[in-house]
Amino acid sequence: MNWQRHHLLDIESLSAEEITMVHDTARAFREVGSRAIKKVPVLRGKTVINLFVEPSTRTRISFELAAQRLTADVINFSAEASSLKKGETLKDTARNLEALNADIIIIRHSATGAPHFLSRFLNASVINAGDGAHEHPTQALLDTFTIRERKGKIAGLNVTILGDILYSRVARSNIWALLKLGAKVTLCGPPTLVPRVFEKMGCRVTYDVNEAVADADIINLLRIQHERQRKAMFPSLNEYASLFGLNRALLAKAKPDVLIMHPGPINRGVEIDSEIADCERSVILEQVTNGLAVRMAVLFLVSGGKGPQEVAA
Amino acid sequence: MAEINLILNAAAIRRALARVAHEIAERNEVSANVVLIGVQRGGVPLAQRLEVLLAGIWGHPVPLGSLDVTMHRDDPERRMNQAIHPTMIPFNITDKTVVLVDDVLFRGRTVRAALDALTDFGRPQRIQLAVLVDRGHRELPIKPDFVGKNVPTSATENVRVTLLERGDAVDAVILEKK
Repeated sequence: MNWQRHHLLDIESLSAEEITMVHDTARAFREVGSRAIKKVPVLRGKTVINLFVEPSTRTRISFELAAQRLTADVINFSAEASSLKKGETLKDTARNLEALNADIIIIRHSATGAPHFLSRFLNASVINAGDGAHEHPTQALLDTFTIRERKGKIAGLNVTILGDILYSRVARSNIWALLKLGAKVTLCGPPTLVPRVFEKMGCRVTYDVNEAVADADIINLLRIQHERQRKAMFPSLNEYASLFGLNRALLAKAKPDVLIMHPGPINRGVEIDSEIADCERSVILEQVTNGLAVRMAVLFLVSGGKGPQEVAA
Repeated sequence: MAEINLILNAAAIRRALARVAHEIAERNEVSANVVLIGVQRGGVPLAQRLEVLLAGIWGHPVPLGSLDVTMHRDDPERRMNQAIHPTMIPFNITDKTVVLVDDVLFRGRTVRAALDALTDFGRPQRIQLAVLVDRGHRELPIKPDFVGKNVPTSATENVRVTLLERGDAVDAVILEKK
């Protein structure tokens, strides 16, 4: 197949083939990271803008390094230091960036649909780096890539997502990607953070953490998002840790070859015990390495022009 | 309906590669310095076959790698070869004689990209180019060192190489007229 998308806005609209193509492309780019010269000229002369209206460090750095490894010029743009503070609208900000001949705009925004909004009037490619509690497509692509590289497949695997599902764009994107690729998804956490409505997406919802980990091939832990919770969704972090935190006793009930994933930043002692985060079943740092390769792949694929072109080989 | 001509059959490919292997051996007296790198995808199985032939001539295995040049092409926006295949060069190419292997030499753009890509892996003493078919129409000053067969073509024709290793039914080089 050929990649035709000019933007990467969400996982919901991607096909399983497109997700797999990102994985296959990422595998090639991961190899670049192991070279002495970790740079290839794929985006030579292109301008990439990180438009991070909502603060982020790891995703921004990952995208920035990905663009640099592809030889693009990268501008980092944060809301605190921009005219958005002076009252400029997002649309005007984006148009100004495009007037600087930006080729790719990577946006993180607290509002759901902000990347889709930009994509309607920009000629530049728009990549969603997280929009509110909606989607975080590159995180789901790197998570599923990590599972595929470790387990050799995704179809038929049991994936348990444990933690703050309600406020998590990572969970939503992961659920879409995993279901499209044929995995069985179980969601678990406090009932206030894991509403039954997710069953409509095709997930299993359980509040029994022992049951949730028992048959899991992968446990994906999500951070409790203090910053998105406008009211108390559970009594205390300590109570959360004792009821839903992944510790040695809980892990003992899981399969011996279970993979432990976490999109970071991890809260040691809350959703995951320190010793578990560092154990050999944890692939948390591998996710970071794979994230770089996946973002290189996405930048490469969306930059390939606006549509199919008839060119003789 | 496209007109199809068989340029090389399996036996002819075998003979051409055997001759190319002997020419590589003749040109490179210090066999220990030679490494083979196949260009993805057509060049990779041909490099593997040349390795077997050269190992037979020299009496020792020859380091074998594969190189994908997609990331170094000058036309990424054309969306031609989006599928990127593994680059695996599990040895140091610095001060070696790299024999770059590809199936068809045409405009020379792939070889240019390959030369560019190789410089990221080290500084070979020299790079030589071996191709199964040279079909002409170069757009860059690139010349092969070893050629299985020169095939005069028109720009609108297509040269297709089928190889068993790639899942094709037969080994063959075919000229398709559009």
